[in-house]
Amino acid sequence: MTRDQIAEELPNLAESKLTALVVDDSFVNQTIHQKLLNRLGIENDVVTNGKEAVDVYCSGRNYDLILMDMDMPIMNGIQATKRLREMGIESKIAGVTTRANEGEKKEFMEAGLNDFQEKPLTISKLLSILHKLNFYVQT
Amino acid sequence: MDLVQMQKSLQDYTKSLFLEGILDGQFLQLQQLQDESNPDFVSQVVTLFFQDSDRILNDLSLSLDQQVVDFKKVDPHVHQLKGSSSSIGAQRVKNACVVFRNFCEQQNVEACHRCLQQVKQEYYLVKNRLETLFKLEQQIVASGGMIPAVELGF
Repeated sequence: MTRDQIAEELPNLAESKLTALVVDDSFVNQTIHQKLLNRLGIENDVVTNGKEAVDVYCSGRNYDLILMDMDMPIMNGIQATKRLREMGIESKIAGVTTRANEGEKKEFMEAGLNDFQEKPLTISKLLSILHKLNFYVQT
Repeated sequence: MDLVQMQKSLQDYTKSLFLEGILDGQFLQLQQLQDESNPDFVSQVVTLFFQDSDRILNDLSLSLDQQVVDFKKVDPHVHQLKGSSSSIGAQRVKNACVVFRNFCEQQNVEACHRCLQQVKQEYYLVKNRLETLFKLEQQIVASGGMIPAVELGF
C-alpha cells in the first residue's frame, strides 16, 4: 500500500499522533510490528512480555493502542490483559496471535481485548484494527 | 552479466521461490515495508529469523535427545518457530512446524524426531535460498542498479 493510499484510508492519522505499545517476545515480530506502526506514523515502544507491559503502565506511561501477543514467558497476553483491565487501563488492546482456534480466541477476547487479529500482521490487518477501534480524527 | 540481466535473474529467482512454495505472500509484505528510511529492512528481519531459528533448533535437538522427553518444553519452541517462520513468509518451515506440533500433542517421540529433521531440512533450504537472494541483490546494488519490485503476475 502506498503512502497516499494509507492517507486516504485514515485521514488526519498523521495529525492524531497516536501511540502504541508492542508486547511480543519474538524479535522478528517486534521488528515487523514496529515497522508497520512506523509506516502509519504511529509512535511506538516495545516490551518483551506481559509483565513488562504492566510495569510500563505502572510507571505512568500510557498508550492509545497495545498490540498484545498471547504466548509470552513470565506473564502471557491473557494474564497481562486481565491485569491491565483490573488496573483500570482503558487503552485499546488488540490481541495478535497465531493461535486461532475458537476456544483460545474466546479466552483471549474475554480477558478484555477490543479486537483480535491473526498473525502475521500486515498493513491491511493493522488498518482494520485502527478502523475498528475508531482511530481516526473526523473533521 | 549486465545490470538488466542481473535484475531479470533476481526477479526470476524470487518468482521461483514463490512458485515452489518456499516463500508466501507474507514475504512480499516485508518487501513492501522496505523503503529509503530502512533499505535493509528485509535482510534485518530475516537475519533475526536465522538467529532465532538456529537457537530454537538447537534447543529442540537437546530436548528431544533427553531420556524422558518433556513435551512442555518442546511444544513452545515449535510454536515459536512456527510463529517466526510465518511472520517472514517461510511457508514450508511453518507447515512443517504445524505437523510437528500435532505429534507433540500426541507425545509421539519417534514422529517428533522425524518432524525435527523435516523442519531442519526446510529451514536450511529457505536459509540457503534467501542468502542467495540477498547476494543477487547486493550484486545489483554494487553495480549501481536498483532492486526491481517483485511482479508475480499470478
